[in-house]
This record gives sequence, structure tokens and C-alpha cells, in this order.
Amino acid sequence: MLQPYLWIALLVSVLPLVGALIAGLFGKTIGRRATHWVTITLVGIAFVLAAYLFYRIVWLGEPAEEGVVYTWVQSGAFRFDVGVLLDRLSATMIFVVTFVSLVVHIYTVGYMAEDPGYTRFFSYVSLFTFAMLILVLANNFFLMFFGWEGVGLVSYLLIGFWFKRESAVLGSLKAFLVNRVGDIGFVLAIACLLMFLGNVDYHTVFSHVTELTEKSIHLFPGVPVSAVTLVCVLLFIGAMGKSAQVPLHVWLPESMEGPTPISALIHAATMVTAGIYMVARCSPLFEYSSIALSLVMVIGATTCFFMGLLAFTQYDIKRVIAYSTLSQLGYMTVALGASAYDAAIFHLITHAFFKALLFLAAGSVIIALHHEQDMRKMGGLAPFMPVTYLTFVIGAVSMAAIPPFSGFYSKDAIIAAVQASTLPGASYAYFCAMAGAVITPLYIFRALFLTFHGPAKPLSKKAKESPWVILIPLIALAIPSVFIGAVLIGPILFFNPTLLGDAIFVLPSHHPFVHMAQEFQGAKTMALTAGFHLTFWLSLGGIVAAWFFNMGYPALTDWLKKRFSILYDILLNKYGFDEFNQRVLVRGTRRLGYFFYDISDLKFIDGVIVNGSGKLIRLLAGVMRRVQTGYLYDYAFIMMLGLVAFLAWYVLGL
Amino acid sequence: MVSLSQYLMFAAILFGLGVAGIMINRKNIIVLMMSIELILLAVNTNFVAFSHFLNNNTGQIFVFFILTVAAAEAAIGLAILVVIYRHKGTIDVEKLDLLKG
Repeated sequence: MLQPYLWIALLVSVLPLVGALIAGLFGKTIGRRATHWVTITLVGIAFVLAAYLFYRIVWLGEPAEEGVVYTWVQSGAFRFDVGVLLDRLSATMIFVVTFVSLVVHIYTVGYMAEDPGYTRFFSYVSLFTFAMLILVLANNFFLMFFGWEGVGLVSYLLIGFWFKRESAVLGSLKAFLVNRVGDIGFVLAIACLLMFLGNVDYHTVFSHVTELTEKSIHLFPGVPVSAVTLVCVLLFIGAMGKSAQVPLHVWLPESMEGPTPISALIHAATMVTAGIYMVARCSPLFEYSSIALSLVMVIGATTCFFMGLLAFTQYDIKRVIAYSTLSQLGYMTVALGASAYDAAIFHLITHAFFKALLFLAAGSVIIALHHEQDMRKMGGLAPFMPVTYLTFVIGAVSMAAIPPFSGFYSKDAIIAAVQASTLPGASYAYFCAMAGAVITPLYIFRALFLTFHGPAKPLSKKAKESPWVILIPLIALAIPSVFIGAVLIGPILFFNPTLLGDAIFVLPSHHPFVHMAQEFQGAKTMALTAGFHLTFWLSLGGIVAAWFFNMGYPALTDWLKKRFSILYDILLNKYGFDEFNQRVLVRGTRRLGYFFYDISDLKFIDGVIVNGSGKLIRLLAGVMRRVQTGYLYDYAFIMMLGLVAFLAWYVLGL
Repeated sequence: MVSLSQYLMFAAILFGLGVAGIMINRKNIIVLMMSIELILLAVNTNFVAFSHFLNNNTGQIFVFFILTVAAAEAAIGLAILVVIYRHKGTIDVEKLDLLKG
């Protein structure tokens, strides 16, 4: 029998599914208004329930609950349950997910108002919410994988939502394929767990981690790999795919072909952070593998810095924000690598709010300009769209880590954690995180200046402020973007027990916040003393530089572009990842496929086995037919020969 | 008195003639059938000879069976021959090669 909280948690995840089914199956019959009312109401109820759970479990600190709803598969010794784990981590996540989802549902009413696929869109978004909640609430790796694939599927459907546009179809295909690469890692990790432990429940796996550390496996002859390292690296490959870390990041910019609300919900706030959540959830495993942690940190740092740089060369407003998402995900990953799981989840939360805000504000601009996304055609929009402008500024400042906005707290915590880390690669990660602190404000304020400041372009003069149904979600997201960091930093990082409590496991020797906890004297003091830290001045420098390059002296930017045209070209080509994938992987796969088609299939199977056996029979028959002359006397002669032979055998006893 | 070996030699010569008739004859199916008949007669001669010298009548009774079967065979063979002639207008062995592979 399940405890009451688990019933509520189950209800939270199932309500959006009900909404998705109603919208998907009966959307056409009940009409547009009814569709959005049904889905928004259901997600709204889910949000209220999630908020209640968040309050009880996280805020009041009631104990975590776990229960099995039903047994999915029972095969021999293996048992795969549909089970719910409601602890501090998952309660926090469902709160964030349902909140952003609700906001995006409301926003969609305005954004997709003229779209023929209105009901289909609502169905998908609700379905996504369901899958994401299952992913978060699962109590074993299998159910998590179910949610994992569910969000991947809906992401694919939504990127290709405008399926008549070729770029959207290609983008969705790319996202799907790249995610498959990551999923292989995840599947193999689950397989490893089954092989080593015979169980995939979080509880069992995490409590048997010492068994994993003792076992090792020979991946190549003579190279023993610790089982826990293997599992962690494979899990992280899965996280790399979902959370778009280098080199599996290529799909995220392409995913911007989808409608803006889902860019905000899926490709900024929730789905892409599933990888971060997964690693944080597996912290009891990762803690025992410093190799995996190092890898996580280095990959995260690379993503954080180098993907942020790419945002400079983009003129599509959504792509700029997409690259900033990559960079921020890199920050979270760095935090994971530094064992600062709390800080990663903290940044995940603040990022969910300010990045969803930025996307939705960008969407407001796009809809006001009739689906124009090129920033070169915008400019001077601030007086025409004051609310959008203001909320975008809040999002940008929050992301640029200016105190006391929420991004400041989470990012500072991450940088401090990296500084304290002693793993190999930590100094590189620290450098990248610091450099990221400069470029984050630089690119987001570049977008801000290009879009809202400067002389008004002809297109933007016609722009009108978006309707309330779009502005309310913006305001709803702007409020947490301002406050949530200051509210959460104490509880989530320093209090005892922390907000996430025992859902996160950190080895005492790894603990990143020992020093910081001693210095911490409350959010207010932290904001006021920001001036004593380098990061604050780096952020400020970034903003000033953004003004300098884009508003003050744009000629300088052009001169720099020409002076360093090689570097600029590298950035413009996105370091050649796409090129590499196209040339080596796509063409290589095609060649390999052609090789197998030509040599293996056509020449061997068709040529040798199928036609070859036929030909052999023909050849033999061609020889044998000479015996059949058709003349009676020949047959008689052969009969005689046979007779003589038998006689000889009989008489002579040969 | 004719001895057994003389009978056997006679039968062997008869058999050899029959076989030779089948082998050498390339023209007429009727000659072919006659050759087969010769072979059968050679066998019959053997049967009768052995029967006589062994004082056992079974061999002579067997000869009657063979003769009966040979007659039937000849009748069927001739009937087929007539049909072949009607069909192809010839009974030349060289031209009857429908079974050629």
C-alpha cells in the first residue's frame, strides 16, 4: 500500500498525461478553448500538488517515501517495478518542472494562437510534462529510462512540430540521432548494473556501491577498469546526450527550429537538465570514481567556455540563447564534477527560471515581429515593448550573475566549488568557469542591445506589446529569477541538513563547501560583498564590453572580425563539429553502408550464396546432361555396364 | 549327348548376339525388340538346361512365365511402336532422342 504522499506524486505525473490524451484524441472535437482550459487546469492542479509536496518534503523536511505502484516485468531473478521515489531531490524537481510547464502552457495560448496545430501542441507539451515527471519520480533506472526516452520522443516531435519546414524536420532528426548516441551509454550503464548487481533500484544500487568499487572488468585485454568508473562514465555519456555536452551538443542549436514555448520548456528549463539531474541522483556512484568526476568536470568546462564563445557569431536570437543554454549546462556539469551536486541542482533551478524567461521574452519579440528571428532586423524595441524588455533585462542580468539576482548565487557557488576541487583538470575547469563568467554577460547583453536598443529598424517600429496571456508568464518567471537565488542559497548549500538532504551523497573528503560555509553569513551579505570577488568584476566587465562592442564602437567589432578573421571563421563554423560529423560520421556511415550493401550484400550474399548456388547447380547439370543422350542404345549400354559391374562384383568377389 | 557347358555356351552366344544387336543396331526399333527377345531366349535356354541337368522342373516352369511376360512386353512394345510411328512418322532409333538432356 502506498503512502498518501506517493499517491499525490503519482497524481502529479498522471494529470498531465490525462491532459495530453484529452488534447490529443479529442482536441478537434472539443475545440481550441476547451483544449487549453483542460490542459492548463490539469497542469495547474499538478503544480499545486507538487508545490504542496515540495513544502512538506523539502521545506518541512518530512522523510522521503518510496513505493512500488506495480510490477512491470518479472523475469527470473530480475524484477522491474514502476516505483515512485519521493525525496527532497525529486520533490524539488517536480516543483520546478510543473511550474515552468504551467507557465509555458499559459504562454502557448498567446504564442500559438494562429497555429493550425494548436491542440496537437498542447497535447505534446502535456505529454512532455508527464514523461519528465516520470523521469524525475522514478525509483529505478528502468523507469527513469522510460521517462528519459519519453522526453526524447516528445522533444523530437516538438522540434519537428512545423513538419512542413525542411530545417525543422532535419533538426528533429539530428536531435533524435544524437540523443540515441547518448542513450546507448545509458542503456549500457543499466546493463552493467544488471550484470554486476542484478538490480536497478536506486536504493539497492547505491547501497551496494562498495561491491562495484571492488569489481573490475577488462574492457581491453590487460586494461582493467573499475566497475564503478565504467558505470559512471557510461551514465555520463547518457547525460552528455541529453544535456548537450561536447561533443554531443550539436543537436541543441538545431532544436531551435521548434516553436519558442518548447525551446523554453524542453530545451532550456527541463529536459536538457535531465542529464544533470541523473548525475546528481547517481552521486553515490560518482563519488567513488574520481576518474569519472574528472571527466565530467573537463567536459563541462569545455562546454561552458567554448560553446559560450559561439554565441557571439550568431544573429538568430533564439540560437544565441541556445548557445547560452549550452554554456550554462556546462556550468552545472562542472559543478557535478566538483562534487558540488547541490550547487548544480541550485543552478539548474535558477537557470530554469531565468532561461525560460529569456526564451519566452525572445518569443514575445518574435511574435511581435511576425516570426522574425534575425537580430540584425530588430533594434530599438525597448520603447515599443516595455514589459518584454524589462523581463528580458531581468533574465539577462540574472544570467550575467549580477547580485542580487538569482544567477549570481548559483554561479558563484559553482565557481567557488571548482576552486576548492582538487581533482585533475580542476584548474582547467576553474579557468573555463572564470572565462565563462566574462562571456556570459557579453553575449546575452549583445543580444539585449541588438534587440532592444539602438536605432529602431523599420520592422520594429510596427511592433506592439504582446497580449497579457504572454506577459503574465514572463512576469511569473521574472519574480523567481530575481529572488529565488537569495532565498535558496542558504538552505540548499549551507544549512544542516541541506535542502536536498540525504538525496545527495558526498564523500567527506570531497565536500566542496567547507570553506565557503564558514564564510557564509547570509544571502544579503554575500550580495553586498560581491565587489570583493573577481567574478563580479568579470561579469560587469562583460556587460561593459558588450555595450562597447555593439553600441559604443561597433566599428571596432568589425575591425576585430577582420583582424582575427581566422578565429572568427572558426567560431562561425562552430569549431567544425557539424562539418566533422557530416564528413566523418555521416559520410563514413554511408560509405560503410555502401560497402556492406555492395560487397557483403550484393556480391557475397546475392552473388555467391544465392546466385552462386544456382550457378553451381547449372554448371554441374551442364556436365551431367551430356550423359542423357536420348538414344536407347546408350541407355542399354549403360545398363550392360552396370550388369557387368555387378556380375564382376558377385563372381570375382571384388 | 549334348553337355551342359555346350548349352551354356550356346546361351552365352545367343546373349552376346542380343546385346550386340542392341548396341550396334542404330536404325530400327523392331530389330532392337528382337534383340531383347534374343537375350530373353538366352536366359530361357539356361533355365531349361539347368532344369534338365539338375532334375528340377521349377526352371522349366519359370521359362513359361518368362515367355508370357516376353509376349506381353512384345505386344506393348509393338503398340508403342505403332503410336510412335503415327506420331513422328519414323521408327529410326537415331531420331528418337526426346530424352536428350
